[in-house]
Amino acid sequence: MSRWSLELVIDPIACDGRGVCAEMLPERIELDRWGYPVVAEGEIAPAVVDHAVRAVRACPRQALHLVERRC
Amino acid sequence: MSLTMRQHDRRAPQTGRRLLHGLSGATSDPTLETHLGRWGAIGHREFGMLEELAASGLVGHGGAWFPVSTKWEAVATASRRRPVVIANGAEGEPASRKDALLLTRAPHLVLDGLALAASTLKAQQAIAYVPAASIPIVSAAVAERRARRLDPLEIEIFEAPDTYLAGQESSVVNVLGGRREALPSFVGLTSIRERGVGGRPTLVQNAETLAHVALVGRFGAAWFREVGSPGSPGTMLLTVNRPGNRLVVEAVLGSSLRQATGLQPEEIAGARGILLGGYGGGWVSPHAFCELPVSEKAAGRAGATLGAGVVAVLPREVCPLAEVADVARYMEGQGAGQCGPCTDGLAELADALERLAYGQRSAPTAERILETCDLVEGRGACRHPDGVARFVRTALNVFSEEVSLHRHRGPCPQIRAPRMLPVANPTAKRRLVSGS
Repeated sequence: MSRWSLELVIDPIACDGRGVCAEMLPERIELDRWGYPVVAEGEIAPAVVDHAVRAVRACPRQALHLVERRC
Repeated sequence: MSLTMRQHDRRAPQTGRRLLHGLSGATSDPTLETHLGRWGAIGHREFGMLEELAASGLVGHGGAWFPVSTKWEAVATASRRRPVVIANGAEGEPASRKDALLLTRAPHLVLDGLALAASTLKAQQAIAYVPAASIPIVSAAVAERRARRLDPLEIEIFEAPDTYLAGQESSVVNVLGGRREALPSFVGLTSIRERGVGGRPTLVQNAETLAHVALVGRFGAAWFREVGSPGSPGTMLLTVNRPGNRLVVEAVLGSSLRQATGLQPEEIAGARGILLGGYGGGWVSPHAFCELPVSEKAAGRAGATLGAGVVAVLPREVCPLAEVADVARYMEGQGAGQCGPCTDGLAELADALERLAYGQRSAPTAERILETCDLVEGRGACRHPDGVARFVRTALNVFSEEVSLHRHRGPCPQIRAPRMLPVANPTAKRRLVSGS
């Protein structure tokens, strides 16, 4: 049986390192030394999904995506 | 007649010289007549080609080593719209010449593969995307095919800009779609195979790969598997760069890499390091090189990749750190400048490596440079930063002695030697050459 999981994906062309995502979702995202987001690997735990959705909506560049992947 | 019966064709090469069969010296000419005399006619068929490709185990030779049949299946099943098929002759790696060799000396082999892709996938459009230098010969070849009504549809020709990223799949789609310069797109949420040129399913296949397809189409999968290893059948072209000399050879997969390249033991013993796969590839020590088979898996275990088949021997007479720094700067300049971590990271890497090679003091530590490599890897829309990270990481490993000498004593006397690795930085604009 196949299972679906949620993952955060950054469009690195759209992203210009405003850092909103790291503020809203520090559990999963930190900024590198140039100010660009690094997403922790792995699926998003159910308890964090709401925060992740809010971070996606808050990105001023619409560069953060929450995608369903079959695993 | 089943395709697998074709292995008895008298024209099927019986050795590991396949793509280069008949291409030695003065006897080689790129005309259709010579081509058909050498290989016979190619029959188009609607059924069997996908199965034959799957059975052959052919993988792409543009650098990614992706199974050809998987790619074709994805394009075939992507949507009801008829696809666009593209022969990708953009050879961005400055030290690679194998696609240029095929396009200028055996253009019909590549075009046969493109025509087979077009007929198998019922394509709407077939495009040869080739560098300026190959256009006269490819145009003449397309005209010969048109006169003989050889192909199911007219092959169009587009010029590939002479830049490192011009051959990247989404760059190709962007150039042909007329949207932008030859720069990659973010394809993390979509796939070119499903939505590429004009929103149609799109197959972008390297020129050498299509030449192999042409032979699988003629002689079948069983013939294709007659050389190479069961897990990695067939042959690949290598561009062997040594000081003052560049040569394309055909290597049987699984055979000795040293023997395939024709490099002499003393040449290798006298080398500082050997670059595999190009500027997005990796360095191996002369000792490690001698042990390697022609195998992407083995190259990967050694920290490198065979990529699109570049092999470059770096002799004792040059400063390896200056070569590495100049390539890193070149790769920074060839970046699209679209993704922050790649733009900032590659600039930082080039600065650090230049200070290491040319600076008198305050050169960064290898650890600091490796940290930057970690930071750029996987952070771009395309694999450009990943390739540079591998190139730099393996260089610091293979040239570790030179790194510590430079850090303590400054530049070495070899700094004045002319650079061996080419780092030209030409600019070229998209241009429609023929077709609609």
